Amino acid sequence: MTGALLWALVALPLGAGALLAVSAVWERGCPGPPSAVCRGAVVSRAVPRAPSGRCSALTVAVATLALAVAVALTRPHVSAPLFAGVRAGLEVDGLSAVMVVTIAAVTTAVLAFAAGEPGRGEDTGRFHGMMLLFAGAMLVTVTATTLPLLLMAWELMGATSWALIGYWWRQPRRARAADTAFLTTRTADLGLYLAAGAAMAGGVGSLRLDALPGTGGPWLHVVSAGVVVAALGKSAQLPFSFWLSRAMEGPSPVSALLHSAAMVAAGAYLLLRAHPLLNATGWAGPLVAWTGAVTALALGVVAVAQRDVKQLLAASTSAQLGFMVLAAGTRGGVAAGTAQLVAHAAVKSGLFLAAGAWLTALGTQQLPALKGAARGYPLVGAAFTAGALTLAGLPPLSLWAAKDEVLSAARADSHALYAAGLAAGAIAAVYSVKALWYVTRSQPPDATPRHETGYATGRHSPRHMPRSAWLPLWVLAAASAVLGVLALPGPAGWLRALLGAGGEPSPHPWEAGLSAAVALAAAGAAWWWLPRAPRVTVTTRWAQDWLHLERAAHALFVRPVLALARALAVFDDKVVDGAVRQLAHGGYALARLAGRVDDGGLDAAVRAVAAGARRLGSLARRPQTGLLHQYYAQAVVGFALLTLIVLLVR
Amino acid sequence: MLTVVTFLPLLACAALALLPRTVPDRACLWVWIGTAAADLALVVALWAGFDAQHAGAGGMQYEQQVRWMPSAGVGYHVGVDGLSLPLVAMVCVLFLATALYSLRETHRVRALACLFLFLQTVSTGVFVALDLILFFVFFDLSIVGMYFVIAGWGHGERARAAALKFFLYTFLGSLALLLGFIGLYLAADPHTFDLVRLTRSNPLAGHGLYAGLVLLALGAGLAVKTPTVPLHTWLPPAHTEAPAAGSAILAGVLLKMGTYGFVRIAMPLLPGSWRRYALVFVVVGVVSVVYGALVALAQTDFKRLVAYTSVNHMGYVVLAVGAAGTLAGTDTQARSLAVTGAVVQMVSHGLLTGALFLLTGVLYDRGSTYRIDAYSGLAAHTPRFAAATGVAAFAGLGIPGFSGFIAEFQIFTGSLASQATATAVALLGILITAALFLRAFRAIFLGPPRLPAGIQVAGVTDLDATETAATVPLLGLALVIGVAPRFLLDVIEPAGRTVTDLVAR
Repeated sequence: MTGALLWALVALPLGAGALLAVSAVWERGCPGPPSAVCRGAVVSRAVPRAPSGRCSALTVAVATLALAVAVALTRPHVSAPLFAGVRAGLEVDGLSAVMVVTIAAVTTAVLAFAAGEPGRGEDTGRFHGMMLLFAGAMLVTVTATTLPLLLMAWELMGATSWALIGYWWRQPRRARAADTAFLTTRTADLGLYLAAGAAMAGGVGSLRLDALPGTGGPWLHVVSAGVVVAALGKSAQLPFSFWLSRAMEGPSPVSALLHSAAMVAAGAYLLLRAHPLLNATGWAGPLVAWTGAVTALALGVVAVAQRDVKQLLAASTSAQLGFMVLAAGTRGGVAAGTAQLVAHAAVKSGLFLAAGAWLTALGTQQLPALKGAARGYPLVGAAFTAGALTLAGLPPLSLWAAKDEVLSAARADSHALYAAGLAAGAIAAVYSVKALWYVTRSQPPDATPRHETGYATGRHSPRHMPRSAWLPLWVLAAASAVLGVLALPGPAGWLRALLGAGGEPSPHPWEAGLSAAVALAAAGAAWWWLPRAPRVTVTTRWAQDWLHLERAAHALFVRPVLALARALAVFDDKVVDGAVRQLAHGGYALARLAGRVDDGGLDAAVRAVAAGARRLGSLARRPQTGLLHQYYAQAVVGFALLTLIVLLVR
Repeated sequence: MLTVVTFLPLLACAALALLPRTVPDRACLWVWIGTAAADLALVVALWAGFDAQHAGAGGMQYEQQVRWMPSAGVGYHVGVDGLSLPLVAMVCVLFLATALYSLRETHRVRALACLFLFLQTVSTGVFVALDLILFFVFFDLSIVGMYFVIAGWGHGERARAAALKFFLYTFLGSLALLLGFIGLYLAADPHTFDLVRLTRSNPLAGHGLYAGLVLLALGAGLAVKTPTVPLHTWLPPAHTEAPAAGSAILAGVLLKMGTYGFVRIAMPLLPGSWRRYALVFVVVGVVSVVYGALVALAQTDFKRLVAYTSVNHMGYVVLAVGAAGTLAGTDTQARSLAVTGAVVQMVSHGLLTGALFLLTGVLYDRGSTYRIDAYSGLAAHTPRFAAATGVAAFAGLGIPGFSGFIAEFQIFTGSLASQATATAVALLGILITAALFLRAFRAIFLGPPRLPAGIQVAGVTDLDATETAATVPLLGLALVIGVAPRFLLDVIEPAGRTVTDLVAR
């Protein structure tokens, strides 16, 4: 019974999403010259469908949330055979329970917000269907017990993210962004393929995730490396971070889900799940922790340098994910990382929805153009403010508490790591305050829309916020503020017990106080410094362009590979096929030669023999003159010769 | 039963040829479709009656044996096991799809129907044959049939040149194959061409150089047909110039004859040499994977691009069968996983590339060119066509949920243990494939709408009923295999284990 619930949890969003997306695309094909298939569908289209697509998607999301709560309480596990000796299993343990509820809740909030947004054209079905598929893939990812099933969901999530980022496919820039995001994450995904093969080679024939730390011999290191690379790519950690910047080309609700509870969260989840594996190798844990810390620092700086609110939030996602990755890499940070993940999901989805609401209303996401947006739209502004203050790590909000957990886990491992984390926390305060500073300026928003040319402005017509969008925004804002309770001694103990992470360190009061002081100081300094901010310099341009990561990827990989491909295509045509053609020509030339030999050699010889025979024949006819006396003379000569021979021989 | 499945299309072909000239073309098409559907129904019945777990001696079922040329050790011997049954089913599905697709054909319809029915018989025949000479006859006749399809229904004068190249190149390959068969025949005692008996007796065990030469002949012959780098250059022109239905059969069915030959003939009959030279196959496979993908990436012609991805996809199969011949450092599970993956890849590639080539035919029909840069934003005019092609492209790049992933995951996981470096390099293939499919899809379907010069918007219609019926079920089947693969794997896995054991003996 409970097993059926778990199957339903993943089958419902996946099935409904696929149906919704496919039927939306299929029906759009109907207008135009009629064909046999279309005529029937045209009739059924008499009833307008666009609103029903939104509502049914929201219904599915709500049902999924109910199922998620049910499985989180009942903790079922199911499995089915997949390959020889490898099963496809789903199981809800403590970590999965937290994840499924988070994912389903954020998805529901985002879809509720999107349902209230003014129409996005005829393609609502495609959008909502893909969102459900995306969330469904994430749900499978966090419940899968074996590597192949995890990889399936993992890659499906990548594919749906492609469809969502490239949602406005008529604009080439957005379609290209979708390709960049998919290809970058797939590059990292190769790590999971490698890990699966290495686990098989290392004797883990079942490919169960919990058996991976038992991989034998050097294969253990390959498995760890593969898992780490895949997770870092999905979580947009260095050096993969740039795809997250391009992912901003999608609609705001997509960003709200992709940056919070899905996609990027999958990487952090995998590292938390693979915590025993990371510990088993010795090098993987510190590597992961330091990658997270460096990402939190560097992408924090990138976020500070942004002039576009969505880009700022995107960079902050990478940086905040850095804290989760840092936690996963430490010896005792599973509960801390999980708390950070959940709190960040609520914060970031709310912030993106608010930014999206302004984008819809004002037609811009440029920070200078958003001055006063929070005052012009106070309800959205209040939610954004709550989110930004949380993101800044100010006490007593949730990310402050969660980050303290992470930092204390880091301090237990290394003081340098702790210092790096603390510095990253200060940077987080700076970029959060920067966003807040702009939107809360006292200038009221102009009545006219603030279009900029050549920049991502999404829907261009200024509109007013629909009322139905406030509710999910406020729920998320409230959650982001209060989820800090997870770090209070009581709930924190409960979370540790839930995750089976009993002995993990808790922050001392002085640690919490120090991080609060650092955050407050950084926030205050930023608030003071922002009006006096210097002009753009080379360094800030470097940070603004996401450390030139994408350029580097193009220069180091994309262009050389394309050049190699073109060179090989010429090689294939000229050399490989050229050799075949030469061989054919050679054969033909050989045939001509043989023909000449045949004609001029063999046949000529035959003709010469025939001619010789003819000449001999004509010679033989010579003596036959028909004159008797000549015959007598010939006979005499003949006899004389014979006599001579007889005499000589004797 | 198998004989009926094999020769039913030929019977229909003969009947069509004998029908009076007054019979309309449409009737011929429906006879063709009816025959293909009936054949598929028969194969479904075979599948239902197939007992994967308790196969008889040699694992063959539905065996039939008739004396043919006993003095030469040649007999009519057919049967199916877990390796061949899925391929036979795939052949029937693909031929039915091409029959449906050809409903739109107006050019010498009766001859086309006859030719495809003939091709269906020889294609089925290759996969059910259990006698080397019978196999060779079908193998060779497939080349003959395809030659006429390309030359007769292709794109003009260049098609005839491509057809000639195709014929001569692959014919040369099949001659090498025949040489190998004779080598096997001579080594067997008593002399025989019977596959089952040859498999049992392992005639070339301990024959060193002689066995190596036989494997060289077999390998070269099969490598041409598969095709693997560097013996692949007949493929792009043949695919590009062939009609869409012909390309679908050529890529979907005829290429599998090569890879099937590896698992059916080369591996079980020459286990010793296979193990000794496994590395050669691994290297050829990896080179095909990466080189095929890279050359495909550089193509500017959509059909040539799809053609080169076949080189890439068949490379995975060759890699897997090569890795299955490497015993060091592996266990049986990994090796049989690789073989199972290879067979799934054959089925999967048949369905997906068949669908892709049919969709390419739709593209040509609408825009009269395959040039990628001639199109832009086609999805605005043809959302269904765009959706179907998008799904086919993602399935082709191995996205989970479709059959390609089931195949490639098993191949990689099964091959890595024995051939770590090679498999790691081959992994790059799925990345390059992703890049090339996405690039082509974006260029043709996304962005601002623009049609090739001289094409009117009114003339560009979306997928019609026959095109939908021909392509969408292929994708649907790939989806079923991708989501619930057990029905297929239950059949393939025991046979894959048998091959693994035969190679290891």
